[in-house]
Amino acid sequence: MKITGAQALIKSLEHEGVEVIFGLPGGAILPVYDPLLDSTIRHVLVRHEQGAGHMAEGYALATGRPGVAMVTSGPGATNIVTAISNAHMDSTPIVIITGQVASAAIGTDAFQECDITGITMGITKHNFLVRDVQDIPRAVAAAFHIATTGRPGPVLVDLPKDLAQSMMEWWYPSTLEELDLPGYQPTVAAAPSLIEAAEALIRDSHRPVLYTGGGALKSEAWDELLAFAERTQIPVVTTLMARGVFPDSHPLNLGMPGMHGVYAAVTALQRADLLITLGARFDDRVTGKVSAFAPDAKVIHVDIDSAEHHKVRRADVAIRSDVRTVLRAWESDRVTPANLDDWWSQINEWRERYPLVYDPPTEEGPLRPQAVIEAIAQSSPEGTIVTSGVGQHQMWASQFWPFEEPRTWINSGGAGTMGFGVPAAIGAKAGRPDRTVWCIDGDGCFQMTAQELVTARAEGIPIKVAILNNAYLGMVRQWQEMFYEERYSEVYLSPDLPDYVKWAEAMGCVGLRATNLAEMRAAIDKANSIHDVPVVIDFRTDSSEKVFPMVAAGASNDDIMVHPLQRSAQ
Amino acid sequence: MNTPEPFLGDVAHSPVRHHILSVMVENKSGVLARVAGLFARRGFNIFSLAVAPAETSARFSRITIVVDAESAPLEQVVGQLSKLVNVVSISDLAPKDAIERELMLATIRTNVDDRTGLLDVVGSSGAAIVDVDSHSVTLMLAGTPAACDALERELDNYETLELHRTGRVALPRLGKRASA
Repeated sequence: MKITGAQALIKSLEHEGVEVIFGLPGGAILPVYDPLLDSTIRHVLVRHEQGAGHMAEGYALATGRPGVAMVTSGPGATNIVTAISNAHMDSTPIVIITGQVASAAIGTDAFQECDITGITMGITKHNFLVRDVQDIPRAVAAAFHIATTGRPGPVLVDLPKDLAQSMMEWWYPSTLEELDLPGYQPTVAAAPSLIEAAEALIRDSHRPVLYTGGGALKSEAWDELLAFAERTQIPVVTTLMARGVFPDSHPLNLGMPGMHGVYAAVTALQRADLLITLGARFDDRVTGKVSAFAPDAKVIHVDIDSAEHHKVRRADVAIRSDVRTVLRAWESDRVTPANLDDWWSQINEWRERYPLVYDPPTEEGPLRPQAVIEAIAQSSPEGTIVTSGVGQHQMWASQFWPFEEPRTWINSGGAGTMGFGVPAAIGAKAGRPDRTVWCIDGDGCFQMTAQELVTARAEGIPIKVAILNNAYLGMVRQWQEMFYEERYSEVYLSPDLPDYVKWAEAMGCVGLRATNLAEMRAAIDKANSIHDVPVVIDFRTDSSEKVFPMVAAGASNDDIMVHPLQRSAQ
Repeated sequence: MNTPEPFLGDVAHSPVRHHILSVMVENKSGVLARVAGLFARRGFNIFSLAVAPAETSARFSRITIVVDAESAPLEQVVGQLSKLVNVVSISDLAPKDAIERELMLATIRTNVDDRTGLLDVVGSSGAAIVDVDSHSVTLMLAGTPAACDALERELDNYETLELHRTGRVALPRLGKRASA
């Protein structure tokens, strides 16, 4: 069967089971948009290509299936670079199709030409510039294979316009050999000797902690993790990337570790004699000063990417494997630590002394951002998906939203991409239309990608957005207050400019505002009653509110600063 | 390549400072950029790098990279390199277990009637004269990095107009084949 390269691309995406593409057409990708009209694949037309990338990420993180974005060459491609970098940092499986100028024009500085495979070499797991129309199916199949196996990540396929317009004989790879990837070995069997060496460390430990990261979610290890933790009674900490992999309501869950982590989680890692590290990578936001991190702990490090082993912290036992496989190997009763009663009484003392707290809200306002998050959480159905941007609101959302299920927390971890929240929520809702999706956003983040609410309205994707509007770039403000002698430099944004309610309405959404507790409750109720269009609530929150606990950048986790309300108790 | 050092003649004299990685890659456009880019963004220093098609077929090339062992732990370099999809295999060649060679060309200013000393140097070093005109000669030496270093020092007594070294290529000594 002879078809065009463009048809072959769409057919290949159908073969991979793609149900939705987030994208925006332009000159070089134009031929591909024609056969899209005849495809069963849904296309969500974004207003800016960065949004397409974050939507693909939100879709992938909510569903566990790879997200797909398609954009044109040149500026279309460069606009999506931030999202690609974000997906690379957080190991999110997405496939990005970019149009490229015609083969003969490559290298001539043609209109809307840019070397997107060169630009994204360092921020993709792999990328392809297709050079032969007959290779399109192979490139697409290889892209999905690479994006979703081993340590997942973004893969980009750059397609010159002339190839999209050329004829090819349709085929599709049916074996791994046909993908022609002789250097790609994403998984290896975990060495039994290492599994056993780790078991011995667990048996000998008195103060173990299960340090679980995004890899535990990626390998869908939540059932095994729950079973292992319950059987061994080892305390669990869930990093920012792992929130939801273990129920927050579970007594074994100490919460999030790190710079703004729960005191008990941070301190349990510090005092541990064994870190059972499951798909986490000793990020600087978790370790604080590396040389002072968990000084007495031996380290078991399970990661599917062996380059993570010994990168930051030398492991005593490094196991190259996905998390689930190792936890299954540890199902036996011989993997049981010593009596942990002393450890738990110590941990429980920390928990009782330093729970997460905030200043009690006053009825007349301004609102406490933490109270807003708790109120939304309490009124939301089970399984509600939460996305966020980056900054104070992100930390509060992670701290105060009770995550009970995997894939309900979607945020930008490694890259720290402001503006991630709104498009990620749209992608998540497109993938999980059955779920309520809230974006907990900041006013600074909202202004970066808010135009995608036009997309949400036009495409019938009714997300809900809570802007915690403190009129500042709040996290930067917090640092300037605490570490720059309150010298506020370029952080003020204004609560009224833009008018978020009018802006939401202009984008076809329902816009609401809340300045006190009564208005907050009413606005949340109203938002919960709307199911057909996106809702945006402008919550006026206290500018001076800061995120606690906090470990200052570069400081030891021993020097954790608790909330001022708790300081007299220290 | 944070601080690119195009070639350091003293590498051979301090064997602990460097590792030789023999990297088999798919012979596809952009592969060298992927490898070089990885070293650059991870802050791994390269002393030299040589690339050419390998024995297997036109599908593969072999890149011999001499890595500054002080810029990063070898396991990190190998771990990150092996994640490149186009990298097929990596052999870590300990200098004592490897046969290393490189090629050096040097053009020396010397008049026709004043070449006896230089010819002695050429003869004793195993180099060859590959080009001549009335006021200069071009020498070639294919040898160990140490031999190239030694000849370079000898040539300090002459006016060197141009000198170029390829960087080393290496294979495991027979009986020492090991793969990383």
